[in-house]
Amino acid sequence: MSATGIGAPVLRREDKRYITGKGQYVDDVNRYGQAHAFFLRSPHAHARILSIDTAEAEAEPGVVAVYTGQHLADDKVGGLICGWMIHSKDGSPMKAGPHPALAQGKVRYVGDHVAVVIADTYSEAKDAAEKIVVDYEVLDAVVDTAGARTAGGEPVHEVAPDNTVFEFHLGNREPTEAAFARAAHVTKIDLVNNRLIPNAMEPRAAVGDWDAGTDTFTLYTTSQNPHVARLVLSAFIGIAPEHKLRVIAPDVGGGFGSKIFIYAEETVCVWAAKKVGRPVKWCAERTEAFLSDAHGRDHVTHAELATDAGGRVIGLKVHTVANLGAYLSTFSSSVPTYLYAPLLSGQYDIPAIYVEVDAVYSNTAPVDAYRGAGRPEATFVIERLMEVAARELGKDPAEFRRQNFVTSFPHQTPVIMCYDVGDYAASLDKALATVDYVGFPARRAESERRGMLRGLGFSAYIEACGIAPSAAVGSLGAGVGLWESAEVRVNPVGTVEVLTGSHSHGQGHETTFAQLVSDRLGIPIDNVSIVHGDTDKVQMGMGTYGSRSGAVGMSAIVKALDKIETKARKVAGHVLEAAEGDIEFKDGKFTVKGTDKSIDFASVALQAYVAHKFNGQELEPGLKEGAFYDPTNFTFPSGVHICEVEIDPDTGVTRIERWVAVDDFGVLINPMIVEGQVHGGIAQGVGQALFEGTVYDSSGQLLTASYMDYQMPRAYDFPRFSVETTETRCPSNPLGIKGCGEAGAIAAPPAVINAITDALGHEDIAMPATPRAVWRAIRRTPQKMAAE
Amino acid sequence: MPKLSAASRHSVSFTVNGVARSVEVESRTLLTDALRHGLGMTGTHVGCEHGVCGSCTVAIDGTMARACLTLAVAAEGCDIRTVEGLGLGPGRLGVLQAAFKRHHALQCGFCTAGILMSLDTYLRRHPDPSREELTLVIGGHLCRCTGYAPIVAAALDAAAELRGAQKHPEETAHA
Repeated sequence: MSATGIGAPVLRREDKRYITGKGQYVDDVNRYGQAHAFFLRSPHAHARILSIDTAEAEAEPGVVAVYTGQHLADDKVGGLICGWMIHSKDGSPMKAGPHPALAQGKVRYVGDHVAVVIADTYSEAKDAAEKIVVDYEVLDAVVDTAGARTAGGEPVHEVAPDNTVFEFHLGNREPTEAAFARAAHVTKIDLVNNRLIPNAMEPRAAVGDWDAGTDTFTLYTTSQNPHVARLVLSAFIGIAPEHKLRVIAPDVGGGFGSKIFIYAEETVCVWAAKKVGRPVKWCAERTEAFLSDAHGRDHVTHAELATDAGGRVIGLKVHTVANLGAYLSTFSSSVPTYLYAPLLSGQYDIPAIYVEVDAVYSNTAPVDAYRGAGRPEATFVIERLMEVAARELGKDPAEFRRQNFVTSFPHQTPVIMCYDVGDYAASLDKALATVDYVGFPARRAESERRGMLRGLGFSAYIEACGIAPSAAVGSLGAGVGLWESAEVRVNPVGTVEVLTGSHSHGQGHETTFAQLVSDRLGIPIDNVSIVHGDTDKVQMGMGTYGSRSGAVGMSAIVKALDKIETKARKVAGHVLEAAEGDIEFKDGKFTVKGTDKSIDFASVALQAYVAHKFNGQELEPGLKEGAFYDPTNFTFPSGVHICEVEIDPDTGVTRIERWVAVDDFGVLINPMIVEGQVHGGIAQGVGQALFEGTVYDSSGQLLTASYMDYQMPRAYDFPRFSVETTETRCPSNPLGIKGCGEAGAIAAPPAVINAITDALGHEDIAMPATPRAVWRAIRRTPQKMAAE
Repeated sequence: MPKLSAASRHSVSFTVNGVARSVEVESRTLLTDALRHGLGMTGTHVGCEHGVCGSCTVAIDGTMARACLTLAVAAEGCDIRTVEGLGLGPGRLGVLQAAFKRHHALQCGFCTAGILMSLDTYLRRHPDPSREELTLVIGGHLCRCTGYAPIVAAALDAAAELRGAQKHPEETAHA
């Protein structure tokens, strides 16, 4: 392994600009003559718009224009779309209501976009918005996830009279019923997977620009996938044809899923830029982010696990109601369906599984993918069930899991997925040793002596990453393929630019991708630059989410590098006057087998461009190759996380005392960056378990719309994590990598709750397990709660 | 007191990283906006505009301050330091900056400037801090990417180097 090659903890090349204040985020972009947009948002969760009077606002100082949904309709600007078609179990397509970028006739959640004011300054736009008079007929709001289908009153969308978007199912129903009929024991749980607000630290922002001379639009936007944004804005919303629309996602300050989607604000900014003939800039205030960024999770689930007399799991039944909010966001329908149900088998060999998911509309912000996206929800279900079942059966929770692990591969589950490889016991063993499991009873006794409650919880998770084989997702309803592209441009002096369709917003691709190229071509890493995030530079790409950039994005680079090597061998053969088949390429040098005749990579690059040594008709000059890589399977990262907590019964405060993560991500490109991803993921998962809860009141007002009300994890909330890995090489991509971006967020919540319930001695605690919730849980038994 | 109108403008003068600067602002303009949009110093970031996330932290007269809660006019005559002034010179990272890189203490980089400024200000007054003290200082900031552990490690390492307890070779960052 070289100092900068695959497997080396190379320090990040992108850091310098961030730590010196030279990053270029969207709000750092300013265009000459730009105007500023402010969005007037609905104060009501559900209301009919009877009239909008913008005359007074238009007369305010500095105001350039005020637009409403009527202007979008007049210009035939299409609505926002959901790109994944889900069919109900009766075969009917999901019921997608209209989603205009500015409301047309109705508002459907607090924060919905009513009008936009464009003015010389942001202050002027904001001031003028106060002068817009909107006459609302307020309607009853649908807020409660479980009650949305029977809420009565006016539905959120006409197309869904009972607020049901779809009734999805997956698995084998009859075998599952049969398994439950013969079960020796059935474990039943009711779970709420709490709604989360992603809270990337950089608020969403957009700058729309239009060049009158060329009739070309440019949109700077906080996006994880600028090409998908361009595709949607062009083909569906109809802003401009793709060749007339450039989308740039420069430095992006975190995404966690929330910046995958195509939102109203960037749509309006780029459209309005032509209307007003000036660049139009918008940057969300934090409360706008709370109100209108797509939220995550929000499931209400009943699940049952059947075991036989020997303690083998023989069946799993799950019924989930998933709240998709007021509109179907870009990929929202895929999250509680194909990113959820296929993962419910966990790491276990379960012969019969049946899952039903009812997705509902409500008068709340749209819900879509948030770090993990469906897989944390699935892991919470199966890992809470396994823990509770072990306790009910009087078995050690680690050994109960081990007894039911999948041990032979490939393993076909009853819910689509075919696990390619894994060694779940290896991760469990390492985790047990690292946490000192045998020492836990003594630590618990010591806590009890101090009047404290101590608990230990497991989470043995699996996820499906490397999203995804295009044909497979197409058959499941995806509107796009999920391949990735790469282009390798070798300059005449042997430096290399790699253009990737992946997008980095904190993941460190400029380092890891360059490690791959440096390793493969035998050139210094400083001679490699990674280009991403600009549709004028990178032809097409699918972006970054689903822990796909390594497994899919880097595989595309490998494929392009294969082509570069093939071409470079031909050039080297001509230069060295040897047959192509006699050329060996190693450590950056092309050598004629069995001789000392060699030429280095940079010299081959130069020869490829000067083209003096070969006939241009036989061999094209130049050294540039592109590739599209379509994965052959999902990848299946897995691991075991163990959380040990101590609870103060006087205050209800839960302290995490130990955290052990043992993950199998396959081959690691950069272990430092992998560890960073795991840390960050765990922090978000712990946030879900202990702190973060989105609260709407019964009228649909968001009560947690600031950092004063929505508790984010802070530095003093965490112990030092022990992060370890095991490795089974992924067989379905050339690098053997699986993906690591979401694992922590997927693994953490059940580990925390299993630890807390272990400490409490009963199962009745919901997320977030705040001090108040834990304090109350300590003071009453579940039986008493049920009687209330 | 005279009533201020939204249209009134004020010229504010202060030093930023040792350089005298003047900027025309509205009465209500925040220091963040004066720095970012008035002076083009976009290294200071705005994450929440309500003083909680800490992304906008700068040093005003040697004390850490939320620039998003500071009116620009209130900075008249002050000595302001921002992330742009943390380096040892053009292209040369400061000790804290280098420690952040060494420990992978940032991912998306958005919150980083504010954390660097809090730590820089704190370490000037408390050169030998404990892990717990630094965790509390960093606890005044929100970072959604790192889980904080590497930030604490970087801060401890930088503090030791600033005390002269250890020496790292000056960062020769890749371009």
